[in-house]
Amino acid sequence: MEQITILEGRQKQIFEKKTGVEQLDISCDTSSLSGSVSQRACVFCGSRVVLYPVADALHLVHGPIGCAAYTWDIRGAVSSGPELHRLSFSTDLQEMDVIYGGEKKLYHSLIELIEQYKPKAAFIYSTCIVGLIGDDIEAVCRKVAKETGIPVLPVHSEGFKGTKKDGYKAACHALMKLIGTGSTENISKYSINILGEFNLAGEAWIIRKYYEKMGIEVVSTLTGDGRIDAVRRAHGASLNVVQCSGSMTWLAKEMEQKYGIPYIRVSYFGIEDMSKSLYDVAKHFPERTDIMEAAKQVVSEEVKELYPSLQKFKKALTGKKAAIYVGGAFKTFSLIKALRSIGMSVVLAGSQTGNKDDYARLKEMCDEGTVIVDDSNPVELSKFILEKEADLLIGGVKERPIAFKLGIGFCDHNHERKIPLAGFVGMYNFALEVYQSVMSPVWQFAPRKGVKI
Amino acid sequence: MLLRHTSKEVKEREGLTINPAKTCQPIGAMYAALGIHGCLPHSHGSQGCCSYHRSTLTRHYKEPVMAATSSFTEGASVFGGQANLLAAIETIFSVYEPDIIAVHSTCLSETIGDDLQQITRKARDDGKIPEGKHVIFASTPSFIGSHVTGYSNMLTGIAEQFAVSTGAKKNQINIIAGWMEPSDMREIKLLSKKLGIKIVLFPDTSDVLDAPQTGKHVFYPKGGTTVSELQSTGDSLFSLALGSISAEPAAIALEKKCKVGFETLDIPIGLTATDRFIMKMSEVANVSVPDEITEERGRLVDVMADMEQYFYGKRVALFGDPDQLLPLTEFLLDLNMKPVHIVSGTPGQRFEKQMRQLLDQRSPETNFRNGLQADMFLLHQWMKNDPVDLLIGNTYGKYMARDEDVPFIRFGFPILDRIGHSYFPNVGYSGSLRLVEKILSALMDRQDRDALEEKFELVM
Repeated sequence: MEQITILEGRQKQIFEKKTGVEQLDISCDTSSLSGSVSQRACVFCGSRVVLYPVADALHLVHGPIGCAAYTWDIRGAVSSGPELHRLSFSTDLQEMDVIYGGEKKLYHSLIELIEQYKPKAAFIYSTCIVGLIGDDIEAVCRKVAKETGIPVLPVHSEGFKGTKKDGYKAACHALMKLIGTGSTENISKYSINILGEFNLAGEAWIIRKYYEKMGIEVVSTLTGDGRIDAVRRAHGASLNVVQCSGSMTWLAKEMEQKYGIPYIRVSYFGIEDMSKSLYDVAKHFPERTDIMEAAKQVVSEEVKELYPSLQKFKKALTGKKAAIYVGGAFKTFSLIKALRSIGMSVVLAGSQTGNKDDYARLKEMCDEGTVIVDDSNPVELSKFILEKEADLLIGGVKERPIAFKLGIGFCDHNHERKIPLAGFVGMYNFALEVYQSVMSPVWQFAPRKGVKI
Repeated sequence: MLLRHTSKEVKEREGLTINPAKTCQPIGAMYAALGIHGCLPHSHGSQGCCSYHRSTLTRHYKEPVMAATSSFTEGASVFGGQANLLAAIETIFSVYEPDIIAVHSTCLSETIGDDLQQITRKARDDGKIPEGKHVIFASTPSFIGSHVTGYSNMLTGIAEQFAVSTGAKKNQINIIAGWMEPSDMREIKLLSKKLGIKIVLFPDTSDVLDAPQTGKHVFYPKGGTTVSELQSTGDSLFSLALGSISAEPAAIALEKKCKVGFETLDIPIGLTATDRFIMKMSEVANVSVPDEITEERGRLVDVMADMEQYFYGKRVALFGDPDQLLPLTEFLLDLNMKPVHIVSGTPGQRFEKQMRQLLDQRSPETNFRNGLQADMFLLHQWMKNDPVDLLIGNTYGKYMARDEDVPFIRFGFPILDRIGHSYFPNVGYSGSLRLVEKILSALMDRQDRDALEEKFELVM
C-alpha cells in the first residue's frame, strides 16, 4: 500500500491504542494548522447551527452574502409550525459598507423584516467582517428592540474568533438572554428541558414523546422545533437533559448557576444510551416511583419490538469494521456502542471538536489498535480507512464522497441525515442505513479500497 | 407552504437581501482553481469559508473537493495574515504536494489589508516555493461581485501568472471557459475535436469533478489544464472567451501580457449561441464545419420543429448567472417561449446592458433585474403578480416551484438535489437538445397531470 504521510504538527492529534504504550495525551481544543485541509468550520457556523432550529425567530446574517447563502436551509431541523428559519436573510454588505460601516443597513433591514414577518425575536449574527469594521451591533439591537418591542439578540459569531465551539457558546449566550424572561406558571415539578437536540428529521419529537409517556413535562427543546416563548420559560424546568455536549453544556452550567437547575448528560443513539437517558431522568425524581416504572415500560415495549428486527442486520454485519469521524466526541461514544450492538467494531474514531476528557474516555472505550484522531483531514482519513480496512465511514457531507471513492459504505450522522437516527426507532433506522450501504450490491462492481476487481 | 412568507406587494428594500440569487466570490475562485491540474485551492481567511465552499461544491458534484485554509485566528486578524499564509504554503507543499497552490482572498483578509502579491513574492524570496512549483493568487473579497466574478478573477490570475509568450506562435486556440459544468467543458473539447482544432481549454474541471470510482481517493484527479498548457496559451493564435462576465477578463489579461487577440462569445447554450461558437471556431482556425456537426445541428432544429406547438407562448421565469442567462434567454425566445421574469444576484452594468439589449429587441416587456436586491424573494413576488408556466434555476428554485405549483427545471449553480449536470452538457447542439427535452418533459408532464380525463392524450 502507498504510504501516506501525516502532516507535521498533526502527530499530537492522532493516537493509536496499544497496550504497553504511554498514556494518551492527545492534543485537542487547538485551532487547525494553517495549510491543512481541515474538515472543520468556523465560529459563525457553530452559532448558526445551534440557533437555526428556532423556527419563529428571525435569523439575520450581518455580513457579505456568502455566510447567509451557505447556511440557507441546509440543516434538516424540522418545525411543526412556523418556518421562518428556513429563509435566508442577509445585509449583503458591500464595499461601501465595509468602508463606512453597516449599522444603518442593519437597522433598516431589521425594521423591514420585523414589520413584515412579526417574529417573536430576532437573532443577529455578526460575521468576520463585522468584527473588523467595528459595527456596534449591540447598540443597533438595543435600538430596534426598543422600537419594535421584541427581543433583538446579537450573536457574536465572528468567524475567526475561535473554533466552532466558541460559536456554540456565542449562541448559548444569546439564548441565556431569553431564558428567564417568560412566565413559569403552571410548570410541573416533574419537568425537563431537552438541550442539544435539534430535531433533525424529527428526532426531538421522538424523544419528547418518550419523556411525555413517562409523565414528564418537556418545557422546551433547545433548540429543535424551537419556539421563543418556550425558550423564555425554560428556567421553570427542574432538570436539564443535555445531548450533544459540545454545544450545550455551557448553557446547562449557566442555568445551573443562575437558576439552580441541575443537568445530566445523555445520548439518544443506540439502545443502551437511549434507555439510560430515560432512566437517568427518572432517577432524578426518586419520590415518583411511577416515573421509573413508566420509563421501564417504555424501554421494554420499544426494545421488545426493536431487538428482533435488528438481528437480521447483525447477522450480516458481524465482523465488519467502521470508521467514525463526526463533529462532537460525545456522539462517537454512542456510535461505538450502537455499532457493537449490530456486530461491528470501530477501527477509527475521531471528532472535530472533542476535548481532553472526551478523548480519554474514547480511549477507554475503544478496542486495541483503534486509531483516535482530532480535527482530521481527508488524507489521514483515507490512510486509516485503507490501513484498517474499514467497511463503513460515519461522517458528514465532506466525508461522504471520500467513502464512496474508496468503495466503502457511508452513513451521514450529521446535518444531512434524512431519517431519524435517535431513539429506539432511530436505532432501527441506523442499522438499516448501515446495512443498506455496507451490503449494497454496488460494491461488487466497484474496486474496493484500491484493489482491482 | 414554506414560502407563504413571501408577500405579493413589491416594495423597494433598503439594503436587505432575502433568499439570495448569488453567493460570494471565493467559491468561484475555488471552482476555477479546481480546473487546473495538480492545483490545491487555498482560502486565505477563516476556516468556515473553506469549509462552506467545499461542502457546497461537494453537494453539487457528489465528489470530494480538496482545498486548504489559512485558518485565521484572532491574532492573525490583528497582526495580518502573512504569517499564516507563509506557514500554509510551507505545509501544503511538504504534505499535500500540489504542483500549484491557488490562493484566493476573503472578506476578512482583504479588510485587514493582506496583499497576496506581496506575500506570495515573499514566499518565493524566502524559498518556501520548491523548484518547479507555483503559487498563484486572486483577490476575491466577498463584499464585491458574486461567485461569478470570483471565478473570473481567479481565471484572470491564472492567465496573468502562467501565460508566457516565447515569440513562436503555436497552432492552437485558447478557449477560456465561462462558468460551466465539467460536462460542458467535455462537450467543448469534443466539438473542437470534431472540428479538428487544437485547443487549450481552461479551466477544465472534467475528470476532476466527475471522476470515476476507482477504489482510491485521488487527491489530484487526472483532469485539469496542465501548467505547460497554461504557459503555452501565450503563444496561441487566438483566444475565445465564453462569457463576457466570467471569461472575458482573462482573455483581456492574455492579450495585454502576450498579445494574443481575442473575441468574446456567449457560452454556447442553445441553437444560435452554438451557431456563433461553431462559426467563429471555423473562422479563426480556418477549417470547414464537418457534416457530423451540421447533422447534430439538424437534429436539434428537427426536434424544435416537431414540437413547436408545445413551446409557443409558454411563460418562463428564470434566475441564475449572467453568462448562462443570456444565451438561455435567447434560446427560449428562439423556441418561441416567453421569458417573463429574469433575476440574477450578480451585479454589473455590462450584463445589465447586454440583457436589456436582447430583451429590447425581442421581449421588451420582460421583468429583469440584477445586482443588489435582485434575489429570489423578488422573483417570487413577480411570479405571484404575473404567473408563469415554467421556472428555470438552481436548486433553491424548488421552494418557489412548490409554492406556486409550477414545473421546474434545475439549471445553474448550485444543484444540490439532483444529479446529471456533471455528466450531461447544456452546451453545444447536443446540450441544447437535452435542454429541449427537459423543457418539454416538464411542460408535458404537467399537461398530463392536469389534463381532464377526456383530454388526457396518448399521442403528444
